[in-house]
Amino acid sequence: MARSVEREKRSKHLTEEWVGRVYTLICVGLLVLTIFSMVYFVASKGLSTFFKDGVNPIDLFTGVKWAPEGEPPLFGALPFIVGSFSTSILAALIAAPLGFCAAVFIVELMPKFGRKVLQPVIELLAGIPSVVYGFVGLSVIVPFFRDIFPGQGLGLAAGGVVLSIMILPTITTIATDALAALPAGLKEGSYALGSTRWQTIYRIVLPTTLPALLTGIVLGIARAFGEALAVQMVIGNAPHIPTSLFESASTLTSAITLSMGNTIMGTAHNNALWTLALILLTMTFVFVFIVRWLERRSKV
Amino acid sequence: MQVLIDIKNLDLYYGEFHALKKVSMSIPEKAITAFIGPSGCGKSTLLRTLNRMNDMIPGTRIEGSIRVGDTDIYGSDVDVETLRKKVGMVFQQPNPFPKSIYDNVAYGPRLHGITKKHELDEIVEKSLRSAALWDEVKDHLKRSALSISGGQQQRLCIARALAVNPDVLLMDEATSALDPISTLKIEELAQELKDRYTIVMVTHNMHQAARVSNQTVFFLNGEVIEYADTEKLFSNPTDQRTEDYISGRFG
Ligand SMILES: Nc1ncnc2c1ncn2[C@@H]1O[C@H](COP(=O)(O)OP(=O)(O)OP(=O)(O)O)[C@@H](O)[C@H]1O
Ligand SMILES: [Mg+2]
Repeated sequence: MARSVEREKRSKHLTEEWVGRVYTLICVGLLVLTIFSMVYFVASKGLSTFFKDGVNPIDLFTGVKWAPEGEPPLFGALPFIVGSFSTSILAALIAAPLGFCAAVFIVELMPKFGRKVLQPVIELLAGIPSVVYGFVGLSVIVPFFRDIFPGQGLGLAAGGVVLSIMILPTITTIATDALAALPAGLKEGSYALGSTRWQTIYRIVLPTTLPALLTGIVLGIARAFGEALAVQMVIGNAPHIPTSLFESASTLTSAITLSMGNTIMGTAHNNALWTLALILLTMTFVFVFIVRWLERRSKV
Repeated sequence: MQVLIDIKNLDLYYGEFHALKKVSMSIPEKAITAFIGPSGCGKSTLLRTLNRMNDMIPGTRIEGSIRVGDTDIYGSDVDVETLRKKVGMVFQQPNPFPKSIYDNVAYGPRLHGITKKHELDEIVEKSLRSAALWDEVKDHLKRSALSISGGQQQRLCIARALAVNPDVLLMDEATSALDPISTLKIEELAQELKDRYTIVMVTHNMHQAARVSNQTVFFLNGEVIEYADTEKLFSNPTDQRTEDYISGRFG
């Protein structure tokens, strides 16, 4: 009697164990399958520009003229690559100091107000749809730049500013976590030697949390790099390398969103857009890789 | 012996909580004073008032006065950074900065404006020698301070504190995270340092207090119960509660 109860119990455990295991395996399998098929799809489409349409990769990466429907068609993607990198890096340059200062404020200076008001407000920024950012950028930032600087106001500067607001929550949240996780003993040790609060921030807090801060910045750049809609609304979308921050430009994402509706699957133009997508995807992998590397370093 | 620190009618409140009650005592110069007492009786709290580390805890309120030398350290014209330079502190957990051994010791002098390399070199060597660590680390000053043992780290923290040339060294259970051999080293070090510095140490270890200190202060529930030469306090305490504590009957 007792033994049969035990056996029943054990078999129930076994079923639960197996259901859980099989379910998890299926989910993981699906996930891996999705990722691989996406990468495969983008890569096969993107690479056919080189293999099927005979475009020289060097021309694509260094060419400055993008005229896929021209005679002969030209596929110089450098303006987009330059545009993507410069808007994202500009965004990081603006957002990184702001995000770090916000984090210092939240953790060090006014924890009560910071945690209750400032942090939720900044995190709210992450939830605002990008079309709203684009719209605000177009109605506020672009006219503002148009008034002070020569040109139409559309361009890298407007794109960078809009993106910087969008990536501020990422950078701030990661910086806040890093500052909060700093062992209290380190700061006390510094104060006990007669250091002021700002000396402690510059000499102990900043260097110790640097890898984590960089992680936040790289994640921010990755997000900015992939953002399409908001950038497209304020950057002007001229496919050339601008000579000033206030001149109309283009990014990889804006080039794709603008033209994808007007091309036919399988044509050279369509494949060329896939190549741009492949560049975006590859860069994302590079960013993830950098973040991993930084995280490993921050543990030492 | 000359009195260096003079505490008069000190009351300290953490918000509503009355942590130190009418504490009065004087701490002699160039000697070791030990604070003993059961957990939570306010030893660390009193120690931290001496370099005003409690200032950073919100809701802390203080009444009464503390003089170090001839400054009232809670006076309105006192510069906290200068005070902390004069009154150094070593913590329970070794807390070296994640920098090189050299940069740890040079941290304080650099803060206070010394930038010339040869001056820093000299201070680093002198401080590490004073902390009895020089021979062990002189060949790898550029190594990370986190790579040396806990006992070495604690002596590094002592060297770091000595590098800004303090008068007083506060040690809050500085050996409680260490093995017996490292503990012994730090006790010997304290004995050497007391010729040049005034040392105040909190300890849970009554043998340590008896071995190392010249004066001992016994605390209970935020009050000073007894304060005397170490030998007298341990051999012939006047208060019954002191006797109960040192004979291990409570706490
Ligand atoms: N930041 C704080 N806020 C509120 N109460 C505190 C704070 N720090 C300490 N206390 C309280 O003050 C009392 C004295 O604490 P203190 O740390 O000085 O004790 P201690 O004698 O050093 O004890 P231990 O031997 O365990 O280190 C304790 O009751 C403690 O709970
Ligand atoms: Mg304590």
